[in-house]
Parts: sequence; structure tokens; C-alpha cells
Amino acid sequence: MINFQYARANDVADAVRMIATDPTAKFIAGGTNLIDLMKEDVERPSGLIDISRLPLKGVEETSDGGVRIGALVPNSDLAWHPLIEQRYPLLRNAILAGASQQLRNMASTGGNLLQRTRCAYFYDIATPCNKREPGSGCSAIGGINRIHAILGTSESCIATHPSDMCVALAALDAKVHVTGPAGERVLAFTDFHRLPDSSPQTDTNLHPNELITAVELPAKGFPANYSYLKIRDRLSYAFALVSIAAAMELEGGTIGEARLALGGVAHKPWRDSAAESALRGQPANQTTFEQAADILLRDARGYEHNTFKIDLARRGIVRTLTQAAQATPQSQSDKKIR
Amino acid sequence: MVCHDGNWAPGLGISRREVLTGTVALGAIGSGRPSYADETQRPATALRQDNQVSKSMTLYIGTPTSRVDGRAKVTGEAKYAGEFNTSGLAYSSVVESTIPKGRIVRIDTSDALRVEGVLDVLTHENRPRMAGTDQAWKDDVAPEEGSPFRPLYDDKIMFSGQPIALVLAEEWEIARYAASLVRVEYEKQAFVTDLYQQRDQAFVVKKPDKPHGDAGRAFAAAAVRHEAEYFIPTEHHNPMELFASTAVWDGDDKLTVYDKTQGVQNVQRYLCSVFNKKSDDLRVISPYVGGAFGAGLRPQYEAVLAVLGALALERSVRLVLTRRQMYGLGHRPATIERLALGAKADGTLDAVTHEAIAVTSQFEDFSRNDTGWAALLYKSANAKYVHRLARLDVPTSCDMRAPGAAPGVYALESAMDELAVALKIDPVELRLRCYSDRDQNEGVPYTSKQLRECYRQGAVAFGWDKRSAEPRSMRDGSELVGWGMATGVWEALQMPAAARIVLTANGHAEVSCAASDIGTGTYTILAQVAADMLGLPIENISIKLGDSSLPQAPVEGGSWMAASASHAVATTAQEVRGELLALAKAMKGSPLADAKFEDTMLADGKVVSKQDASRAVSITDAMRHGAVDRIEKEKTNSFPDDSSHARNTHSAVFAEVKVDEQLGVIRVTRVVSATAAGRILNTKTAHSQIMGGVVWGIGMALHEETVFDHRFGRIMNANIAEYHVPVNADVQDIKVVFVDEPDTIINPLGIKGLGEIGIVGVAAAIANAVYHATGKRVRDLPITLDKLQRST
Amino acid sequence: MTQANTVGRAPTSPAPTKILVALDVNGRQRQLTVAPWTTLLDALRDHLDLTGTKKGCDHGQCGACTVLVDGRRINSCLTLAVMKDGAKITTVEGLATEGALHPLQQAFIDHDAFQCGYCTPGQICSAAGLIAEGKAKSADEIRELMSGNICRCGAYPNIVAAIQQAMGTMAGRS
Repeated sequence: MINFQYARANDVADAVRMIATDPTAKFIAGGTNLIDLMKEDVERPSGLIDISRLPLKGVEETSDGGVRIGALVPNSDLAWHPLIEQRYPLLRNAILAGASQQLRNMASTGGNLLQRTRCAYFYDIATPCNKREPGSGCSAIGGINRIHAILGTSESCIATHPSDMCVALAALDAKVHVTGPAGERVLAFTDFHRLPDSSPQTDTNLHPNELITAVELPAKGFPANYSYLKIRDRLSYAFALVSIAAAMELEGGTIGEARLALGGVAHKPWRDSAAESALRGQPANQTTFEQAADILLRDARGYEHNTFKIDLARRGIVRTLTQAAQATPQSQSDKKIR
Repeated sequence: MVCHDGNWAPGLGISRREVLTGTVALGAIGSGRPSYADETQRPATALRQDNQVSKSMTLYIGTPTSRVDGRAKVTGEAKYAGEFNTSGLAYSSVVESTIPKGRIVRIDTSDALRVEGVLDVLTHENRPRMAGTDQAWKDDVAPEEGSPFRPLYDDKIMFSGQPIALVLAEEWEIARYAASLVRVEYEKQAFVTDLYQQRDQAFVVKKPDKPHGDAGRAFAAAAVRHEAEYFIPTEHHNPMELFASTAVWDGDDKLTVYDKTQGVQNVQRYLCSVFNKKSDDLRVISPYVGGAFGAGLRPQYEAVLAVLGALALERSVRLVLTRRQMYGLGHRPATIERLALGAKADGTLDAVTHEAIAVTSQFEDFSRNDTGWAALLYKSANAKYVHRLARLDVPTSCDMRAPGAAPGVYALESAMDELAVALKIDPVELRLRCYSDRDQNEGVPYTSKQLRECYRQGAVAFGWDKRSAEPRSMRDGSELVGWGMATGVWEALQMPAAARIVLTANGHAEVSCAASDIGTGTYTILAQVAADMLGLPIENISIKLGDSSLPQAPVEGGSWMAASASHAVATTAQEVRGELLALAKAMKGSPLADAKFEDTMLADGKVVSKQDASRAVSITDAMRHGAVDRIEKEKTNSFPDDSSHARNTHSAVFAEVKVDEQLGVIRVTRVVSATAAGRILNTKTAHSQIMGGVVWGIGMALHEETVFDHRFGRIMNANIAEYHVPVNADVQDIKVVFVDEPDTIINPLGIKGLGEIGIVGVAAAIANAVYHATGKRVRDLPITLDKLQRST
Repeated sequence: MTQANTVGRAPTSPAPTKILVALDVNGRQRQLTVAPWTTLLDALRDHLDLTGTKKGCDHGQCGACTVLVDGRRINSCLTLAVMKDGAKITTVEGLATEGALHPLQQAFIDHDAFQCGYCTPGQICSAAGLIAEGKAKSADEIRELMSGNICRCGAYPNIVAAIQQAMGTMAGRS
């Protein structure tokens, strides 16, 4: 870990001002990912601006029936907040599938969006990695790539986004509120994270010096028919090989609006409007679910060790949609997949 | 002991009634001593032994006793190697090589040295003097062949992650930062880290396993044959405690080294040899060890570097390795195991061939017995064992829980399962048909072997009789259910060890021995043995361990510590008793005036006649009358040098897995381990040891693998987020059954040791259960869902 | 003995400026000056000599460093001490009251919920946090919500049993 300056921001404007004076500084809130990466010398910020005391910790209903989540709400508080438990149980389940309770107690909502990949080469500064050192090459292509992406990859990077929470937020059509030197703006969640293309060093469309202030959920939360299924190498405290967030409206066995998002398969939480369209208006059955899965995975491409993910994702999608349709969401504590 | 309803598996050849009535009582667990339904069954030798040492020993030995170090551990008072804070302590950080093979051409420490608070940077160019011969670097458990690794010795790079510089600083964060500023130029050389690439270059290692007959010909002629190759990947111990050493500078070139080790005296001898020090000038202390599992048997480089730093600075130095750096220590070697089993149609074996190819480094030949276990378990007229080593550019592999057996028996017991499938014979029945009462390698019987009982009681506890033999025939909703079993076997070794007892007139005793307690419960079992042998309440016993200045002990490994140290304590306690008896006899009108030594015992704080409990003198009275404040004795154990018997522990492991049919997610829902390991000193800590071994087996079967990128020769999951070990959610119902196993031959107390037997066989039982659930046989560990998806 | 280049060099890379931090540690007010890069874990172990809190991975992957900050369980290895100025920290050393073990500590001994003891302080603090959260009722829920604490000795079933015992004891008291 390099030597860095530490400063505490008193309010949002202060934070944005402070970061503008030092472009190589970073905000720190929970620190669960940033400190980890700083200890590995992957992240080497000249300064840390402590935003953990900013008043961004509320979970409030919005005028249009949605919920606005302050960027500093800890993951665990969010998961167990009554508004989330009752109206957005998909989000609750996704959060509780991630990390450990200790980490969820620390990690902030905004920070979760900014988690960096678990690609081993990104973490190992002795190996080339375009995300860490642009232009050095991608070691995962042709290397150990069992956990890597099958969708939206590029010649430069096949890393995945490791978050569970973000998969649910993508499925729920969340919005991200940010504040920067140019003022406030709102990004659709699906526009927040980027695909790697030729610049995998940039994970998101957040502008330099912008601060995430809130994540907003629309009124529609799919509290009746949802499920989050995370498939991993051990039964808890492991990153996803593939995770699936599914939610739908059902009327007499026919699907109304439907949402489907995948984690562990791409550089961002993967949502595909064509797959969701294929669900809408269709009977909630195996055939429909398989069609949606095939559409979502139509461009999937495996590498040496991760081709299994394509079939796993396909089966997982069908399973999760079935769980959602049957209103039997996957429990995070009972490890049997129902 | 649970006996399920329903029909007993007829194939076992045991009637259900026998199981339920049990001619050998099962109640030994927790009752304090073996019990016999019929006293006439008790071997005559057992009676003789009882008269010697056992009569008074039932208060603590064999009872479920809570750890005597429990309070220290739950309150945080227990101090581990990196936690001895001392004034003027300097901190250090290691720079590791990023290439696996080559030479250091240039190492530039100038940037690091410019950091405020950095005290020095040591490299091979400027370090203090260290010994220059291989012999000086050989520790007690080093492989016979080869040249032990010497950290910071020269410019040669032999593995990725090799320490090449040590930064010394006032604070550890400064040391860590400065370490990142050390620049290294390498001359790279061609390297190889892939076993499969080197398997054809592997060379044969001599092993004690004796071939008999002609296994090749017998296999070719066998009615039913099974032949397959199994693979166990590199695994790392990953004890929870980071390897650490605090070298305290005592002045005058004297040092006290607090080190994470399984053998303080091994580390002391090694450091004295490496740094040319007198044994009085360097003491090694390790009162608590946060797990080690074999990683701490040999001295690791943190101890050398901490001392090196202390010598350079003439100041106390601490080195705590990072989790990543611990992947530069030893590991369980990746191993290819080939089994060829040939059987008659009735299941009896005619041919066993077991060949192993394991990894070692380029500079030392480490190997353990992967093969040869079949000869302990199964009769076969023809058997052949070959062990080969392949050299890779990695650190020397080392002992890891049940070295040799964990991988070798996994392969053997997987193969036996495959043979049972081919023969259409129940897997337990097949093992009983092949059961051997003799060690066929040595041609000798066992001191004791209750493996048949393990199969029987394990099967009952598990409910094996309800198993439907056909794969994929059992399910629970969306999950396929699989029941598998395997045999476990390990050695029951005993080593020279000494103990000192200091008994004071107030009836308190301090027992000391250089042994380590790595979580195995040594503190507790020695307190139990001492309390019983001295006839004192356990609260009056204090145990001192983990200090090289204490009486001799072997390294804590190989499952030999319980037997070795217990007998050291028991032997020394007899000396104490002798002196107490002499004092008691000297008392005027002593009720023990004519008592013979062998007719007395210590109980309830008294010297007591075995024939007449009313004839007794309290320890306090005896010592006061003799004007003796303390009795101090130190004795070494002695075991008969008896090669006429094989000494082994055994287990039968039964596992239930549930596998999601569509997704391949595997859950281990139940494991029963029925273990026969002689007399169980402490059923509570023993239970934990076996349970822990089972958890290790779950990890071995489903999770653990050190992943290399052979292009870089580097480990790509050198952490414990991606090197998966089981977490709480992975572990459900584990039942441990201790099968009563009186052993009057092995040693006076009948103790065998439990550290390794718990893991042996577990991975095979789980792999066999996965096959039974899915009909798919994955022969390379760990069994992950992607392998299940592609195997047929 | 060393031939090191410690003589005649002037540091040009200054050490970080230290910051005064006030912490309530186990009910005691503690003031310490630490560099920003010092984690709460290292502050406890190296600055306050509270070595009960363990370093097992230093990367939030094992849970050995778990302490309670303002009553919530967190990984102290990923927490900068300077960020917790003013916080109330409870470590394993602060659980026993006047020599009487905390019900969790007693339950861990009773159930032999450890072997080497190195993960134990983290397990116990984590379990204290778990009980305070009140979300875990069943064994399955305890297992899941305790999965952030790795026990390499494999004491998990005993850990679950110990937590269940302590939950009972503590429920009986309140």
C-alpha cells in the first residue's frame, strides 16, 4: 500500500470540490474493495477522501412510489430495510447472496456499484492486465479463465463484474444519482456499467470527480414473483460463477412485465431486452423460459475454461424463472435449490 | 450410537440382531474406559496392563474434557507467534520473486531505503552470514535427498514467490510500502510448473511397499478388472494464522524467537545450525499455534528472515507473512494416481497395482507413501506399487494432513468403488470380502484392527441398509441423492519424548514438554494423563508446552504426539510416585510401610495401596514429613522396539451428497466417520479432530485446488477468497463414532493418535457418493459442477 | 554484522502524517496517533496491544479480524482506523464482564467450538453481532450468516451448536 493523504469530506459539495483538486484521489466509504486492492498495490490513490460521514444514509419513499437509497446505506441495512424486504425482495435476496455479513455491514450502496473485478490477473501485479495497466495485454484470454465472461467480451478484457446487488438493481430498472463538478445527473442502471471494449480500465460511465449520491428504485418491485439464484463453487462466501435475477408479473399463468438479469457472465450486470420481450405475454412455462434463455445467450462465447457457463446459465435462467413464476424464490440459507 | 429401523444390509453377513445387541459394547464413548459385555473377553494382557498403570486412570482419561486452554482461546489471551509485542520492535516485509526460475541480475533497494522509517533492506548481497552447507540447512524432517531452500542466500530463483529481499522498518506499513519500491532485474530461465508436462520425466523413488506376486499377469487374467487414473491437485494448508516469527533481541547475540511452528526444538536446532549459534543462545517459543496441518513441520523461511533481521539490526524484529506469501511455502503435491485392480467374480482381489506420480521441487526430493495402503486393507496375492517424482519449478512440497494417504487412499477407495460397481457388489461387502487381518507389506498382524466394526457401526449409524445400489436411483425432489463410502487408514506411530513433572507439597503439579499444541488438544490430554497418573484434580495440573528449553519432544505431526507425550508424562509420573512412596514409607507407622511400588497408585491426592484403599498417605503429608517442598522428575518414554506387529488406525466413512440434477450444485448433507484408533484419551477433543478431518475431506473433494498459470509459473488463487476451503454453510451433519478398540500391544495406555485418520477416505466417500447420485465419475479433484457437466 | 547501507542516506520519502484518533475500545477511552494507512486491525494489535483480534488474511476473506463497531460486526482488516474516530469498538477482550465469560465464550468452550483457537475471537465477535442482528433462527440461517468466518480446523458444527446454546442463554436473561 502506498503512502496517501487522508481527508474527510463534510458534505457532498465539499467531497466533489476535494476530489477535483486531486484527480488521483479516490472516495472511500466502506472500503471493502478499495483497501483490499490498495494492499495488493492494484489501486494506488494519492489520497483518500472519506465520505463515510456524509448524510447519504436514508432509505426513503419517493413521490412516485419508488424508493431512494442513499449511497452510503450499508448493504446489510438495505437488505433488511422494511421497504426493501416488503417491496423489493429480489434486491434483498441478491444482497444477502453476496460476500459475508461483516462485509455487507461495511460495504455501501454506492461502493457496491464500483466494485472491481475478481479476475486473478487484475489482482496480480506481476502479470499483464489491460484493466490494471492499459495496453499490457489480457492474461485471462489464453490463461486461467474459468470465472470469466461469456457475454460482451472484447479482445482486451474478459473480466466480469462481481456484484450480486447490482444484478438485482439492473433487473429492477434502478437509476443512479450522481453529483459532479458539472452538477447532478441521473443514469439508468443499465447505462452505469460499461462493456470492456478497447478501454477495460474504465468500469463505468461515471465521469471523473463524480460522486454517487443515491440509487433510486421505481415503484415496480415484483414482490410476488421473483428469485435470485447464485451458483458458485462453495455454498456461501464465494463469487458467482453465474447468478440470475428474475422477476415477473403474472396474470392467470401469463407473464406480464418480466425482468431477467445475469451476474458473473459479463463486464456488467447483463440484461437483454429481447429476452424479456420473449417472456412478455407468454405462458409461464418451460418452453417460454428456454426461449428467453436462448435469446439472452445467443451471442455467448466461451473461452478455454468457462464454456460450461453457457449451459449453466441457460439452465439457471430456466430454473430461476420457474422459481419466480411459482413464487418460490431461492432461499439464501436453505441451500437446496428448489 | 444410532440403530435405524429396517432391514440390515444382508450383504454384510452380520445379523441385525447382533448389531443391536452388540457383543462389544458401544458405550465406551464418554464412559471413561472400554467396557466389555463379557469380562471373559478381556484379554489377559489387558489385565496385566491394568495392574501396572491403568487402575487409577479412569477419572479423566477417556472422558469428554473441555480444553484446559479454552479460556485463553475464547478471551483472546492466548498469544500466537506474531503477537509478542516488545519494546523497540522493528517490523519487516518480504519482497518475493515474480518469476519462477532464473537469476537476480540486479536488485535496487535505493528507493526503499529512502522511505522515512526504513531501517535496512536485506538481500543476498548484504545479509548477515548464514551457513553454507546443505547439511547445516537440514532440519529434523527435511527430505533425505536434496539441498534445502535457503532464503536470501544467493541470486538464484527457484520458484515464483521466493523471498528475495527483506525490508526492515519502524512500522509494518512502512516496511510493506518500501517493499513495493524494491526493483529487481532478472535473467529468466525456462521453467515448468505443469505435472502433466513432466510426467514422462518422473523418476522412481524407493518405498517400503513390498511387491508380491506378479500383479501385471494377474490383472490381465482377472475376471473383472478396473483400471483408471485419478488426479489430486496441489493443495495449500492455509492455517488461519499467518506464518509469523518475532525474533526478540536479548542482547549479547542472544535471541528468543517466537515462531509459528509444529516443532520448537526442530526450529531451534535449525536456526542454531544456520546461524552458527550455541543452543543456549537461541530459544524458540510457540505456546499456541493457529493451525498448521503440516505446514509448520519444517522450519519456514519467516523464522530465518526474522533472525536475519534481528542480527542485522541488533534489535527485535517481527515478520508476518501475507496470505499470498504463504503460497510460497510447502504444499500437498499435485499427484497422478493410477490404480489397476483385478478381481475374481466373487469380489476377492487377485491383483493390485498402485502407481503415483507426485510433484517435488528441483532441489529436494519430498515423497510420502501414496501407494501401499491397499496392502494394509485388502488381501491380494499379487500387488505392485511404484512411486515416482516429477520435478517442477515450485517450492518443495511438504506434509499436509495425512500426507500420502489422503491422496493415495482417495484413489484406492475410488477404484474400489468402481470395482464394486463392475462386480455389482455392495461397496461395504466388497471391502469385507477383501478384508486383510495382516499388513501384507510386512507380513505381520496388527496390534489391533477394529475396521470390521467401523464398517458395521458406521453403516448402522448412517443407515446404509436403505441404500438402493443403482446410480441415480435415489432422489429428494430436484436433487439426486448419493450415498458413498470409503475406508480410511493411517499409521499409529510413537516417538521419543520426555516430560518433566514438578510436584509441590500443596498438591499442584507442573508438567512440561517441548511439544506443540497446534489445536490438537495436547495441553488437555496431557493434563488428563497427569491428573490421573498423579491422582490429582485436573485443576491442579498446569501444562507448559511449546518452548525449546523444555524436555525433548518430536515435531507435532504424523498423529504420534498423543501416544508419545502421554507416555512421557505417565513414565515420569511413575518416578514421582516412586519418590512419594519412599517418603510415605519413611513416615513413622506408615500404613504403606511394606507396600511394593507396583501395588500402589496415586489417587485422590494420596499414595494408596491398590489392595486396600484405607492404606494411604496423602501427598502433602508425605512431602511435609520428608521436608520436601517439591519433587521434580524428568523421564523419557520408551516403547518396545517391536516389528512383529503393524500399528494403524482405521475408519469407515459414509457420505451423503445431494446434487441438483439440472445445475450440478453438490451439497454434502451427511457424513458418518466410524473410527478405530485405540483408546480415546478425550472423546470431546478427539471428536473435534475427526470432525475437522471430515471437513478437510469435504474441501478436498469439492473445493480445494491451487491453480497455476503455467505460462507464468504463478499461482493465480494465492488467497482464501478463490482458494476455496469449506465455510460454515458447506458443512452440515457430521457424526463421529469411536469404535472401541482395546490395544494391549501398542503401548501401555493403548493410544494411537487421531490427527490424520479423520481426513483419510473422506474425499473418496464423497466422490463415490457423487457417482452414486449422478452416475458420473469425476476422477480429478476437486469435483466442481463444470466437471460434472462434462463427464459421462 | 550487517554491511547495509544505513549510513549516510537521507530519507526523501517522508512517512505519512499521523492523525490523532479517539476510540472507545471495550469501554475504555483510547487515544492513538496513527497513519491513515493503519487499519483498525493493526491499530488494535500493534498500537493498543489488543492481540485477541486476529489477522488471518488481511483482505476480508476469512473473518478472523471481526470486531464490533458500534455494535455491528465488521472486518477490521479492511477498516482504516482514522475513519473510525469516535467509534465504539468491542473486541474479544471486551466481552467478558468482571471475569465472567460471555455466554458465547462459555458456549464455545462447552461445545469445543475451536481447535487451534485462531479464528475463535472472530467467530465469537461475529456470533455476538449475529445475535444482535436477530435474523438467524434456524441452524441453516446461522450457518449462512456465519459463513464469513472461516475455521480451517473445521469446527463448524460445534460453532453452530455453541451459538444456539448462547442464544438460549441470552434469551433467558433478557
